[in-house]
Amino acid sequence: MKLTGSKILLECLQREGVDQVFGYPGGTVINIYDDLMDSPVKHILTRHEQAAVHAADGYARATGKVGVAIATSGPGATNTITGIATAYMDSIPMVVITGQVPTPLIGNDAFQEADIIGITRPITKHNFLVRDVKDLATIIKKAFYIARTGRPGPVLVDLPKDVQVATTKFEYPESVELRGYKPTYSGNLRMVEKAAAMILAAKKPVIYVGGGASLTDAHAELKQLAETIQAPVTTTLMGMACFPKRHPLSLGMLGMHGTYYANMAVTNSDLLIALGARFDDRVTGKIATFAPHAKIIHVDIDPTSIKKNVRVDLPIVGDLRDVLTKLLKELGSQTDEVAKLAEKLKPWHEEIAVWRREQPMSYTPSKTIIKPQFVIEKLRELSNDDAIVTTEVGQHQMWAAQFFDFVQPRTFLSSGGLGTMGYGLPSALGAQAAFPKRQVIDISGDGAFQMNSQELATLVQYRLPVKIVILNNNFLGMVRQWQQLFFNKRYSQTCMELPIDFVKLAEAYGATGLRATKPEEVEDVIRKAFATKGPVIMEFKIAREENVLPMVPAGASLNEMVLAS
Amino acid sequence: MRHTISVLVENEFGVLARVAGLFSGRGFNIESLSVAPTLDPSISRMTIVTSGDDRILEQINKQLNKLIDTIKVIDFTDEEHMERELCLVKVTADDGTRAEVLRIADIFRGKVVDVTPKSYTIEVTGAPDKINAIIELLRPMGIKELVRSGPVALGRGPKGWRAGD
Ligand SMILES: Cc1ncc(C[n+]2csc(CCOP(=O)(O)OP(=O)(O)O)c2C)c(N)n1
Ligand SMILES: [Mg+2]
Repeated sequence: MKLTGSKILLECLQREGVDQVFGYPGGTVINIYDDLMDSPVKHILTRHEQAAVHAADGYARATGKVGVAIATSGPGATNTITGIATAYMDSIPMVVITGQVPTPLIGNDAFQEADIIGITRPITKHNFLVRDVKDLATIIKKAFYIARTGRPGPVLVDLPKDVQVATTKFEYPESVELRGYKPTYSGNLRMVEKAAAMILAAKKPVIYVGGGASLTDAHAELKQLAETIQAPVTTTLMGMACFPKRHPLSLGMLGMHGTYYANMAVTNSDLLIALGARFDDRVTGKIATFAPHAKIIHVDIDPTSIKKNVRVDLPIVGDLRDVLTKLLKELGSQTDEVAKLAEKLKPWHEEIAVWRREQPMSYTPSKTIIKPQFVIEKLRELSNDDAIVTTEVGQHQMWAAQFFDFVQPRTFLSSGGLGTMGYGLPSALGAQAAFPKRQVIDISGDGAFQMNSQELATLVQYRLPVKIVILNNNFLGMVRQWQQLFFNKRYSQTCMELPIDFVKLAEAYGATGLRATKPEEVEDVIRKAFATKGPVIMEFKIAREENVLPMVPAGASLNEMVLAS
Repeated sequence: MRHTISVLVENEFGVLARVAGLFSGRGFNIESLSVAPTLDPSISRMTIVTSGDDRILEQINKQLNKLIDTIKVIDFTDEEHMERELCLVKVTADDGTRAEVLRIADIFRGKVVDVTPKSYTIEVTGAPDKINAIIELLRPMGIKELVRSGPVALGRGPKGWRAGD
């Protein structure tokens, strides 16, 4: 039987197990939208294409499945760019379908034409222009395969209108063959043996965990490794929820706003075991003085991540879960040596305990003004363990990372690599669509919230009960903090002169708005919000010039921290 | 250090832009790039001359390999190989220089491929150094225009690379 391109697309989505897509219609995707009406694939209409892509991203991060977004050509396609770049930087599996002008018009500056293939080439893992309906099914199959395998990432498929209308016999390929793409999953055993030997020889090991642990769902193996070798664990923002912060071996986050003790441990360690992390500059600080005494083991599925920023003594290319499983097996065959570790590493743990005591994660509480850290602590206390937290970007994001104790994997969704303000609300939308029954919380700032606040409409329309926390300091707080510390308090363009009534804003969309202006109101507002059925904005008027500390100034060494006290 | 790299890629729409964009986006050097289909028309072969320290070259190799359309990357630096480049050069040829131009072309086994009362156009092939040398010798005669293809390279010895090997 012959099918049109748009029907083939929807058939393919079903074969890939896609039950939920996010998008926004327009002229060059109108055929797809027409066919969507008869398809079991559910569609959520966001209020902006950027939000559709972030929603697909949030869906992907929360579930581990490939997120799917649809946009029309030209402005619809260009609106997806920030979302795609965000997903690319954080290696999120995603397929973005864009409409394109009919093939005969491509290159003619046709109405709503944009070279989205050219534009997205450097921010996608791969992209495809479909020029013949006969290729469509294979291309969709390849797109999903590329998006979810190896180091995951966004793949864009540009689908001209005439290809959507053209018909061909539909056959979904069983498998794909890409001779240039063969990711290495299996870690080299000899390298793993060497890693085990290095671990057994170390006196001051630190495990440094990145987003790869989340992408491979390697939390159980990670915990087992840490406990087996008694090594302290620090995570990046992306690795945050992969290791429970309340675990005695947890050092919390490292890097620019990491804990004092994580940064000190890394700086003093003699073996850094990097797992699915990529030595981002926000993590390393000044490269020349990063982990100066440490041998480095680097496990990553992407060979380009290895030795990109730092020297590596032992590279292991492979899937993190595979490598950890092999490593645990190897260590299991050396039980005598492993048994000695607890005793041997005692001095190291004592050293760390001193740093912990000297500079615990803390803030100065207040009885009169709401401290943002206090709000985060209360949120943790009053939310469920499996609550999914998303963030925007700014101080509130860092406070969330520092003071919310994540206990389950895939519960912290934040734009780490690109640092995209406006990510939190739509990604929460996507996560809530995936898990309608779980608590989903967007921790937001007053500035970033306004970058995609239109998505309140989507939440209300689809009954997605996301709880939004706005830590309102009436500042673009993170930039203001830099101006305070490094630009003589010259607050150029960071004061949001116009105070927004976020309660009224919520109500305008038919959501619930709550506000706390005093510390004693905080708990009540949070309780009320969680007890409310639909989406809620909780606005907290916080201490306006509170800073995120500790802080490693950009370009400084990890042990050169500005401390809280 | 100068490196000559062959990249075998899927002969797909936009593949040249992917490779060129990779170099520009990551700040890698491209000294020259030449590209054409291979015996197997589904594969194109690019020869890229680039430069950088070991760390950069390792990244270039890995990043090229990471492209979905890349089938194979060969860095010839540590391999016995040959490089050949084609150059067409249009030189002023008046009564005073005509004979000398021909003599130089001859020494380099160049061919005159176009003649006018005022110019010779010479075709010469060879390793990049040889091309540089003839250009230097012709320069005093007055070079009106020249074009170089950028080198192409192949490993020495009996072994060859084919898709699927
Ligand atoms: C799209 C985008 N534009 C600009 C920035 C730069 N930036 C980083 S944090 C920040 C301030 C965020 O303000 P707000 O959302 O109020 O959060 P706060 O820092 O006050 O908690 C800005 C402007 C960014 N990260 N993303
Ligand atoms: Mg703010």
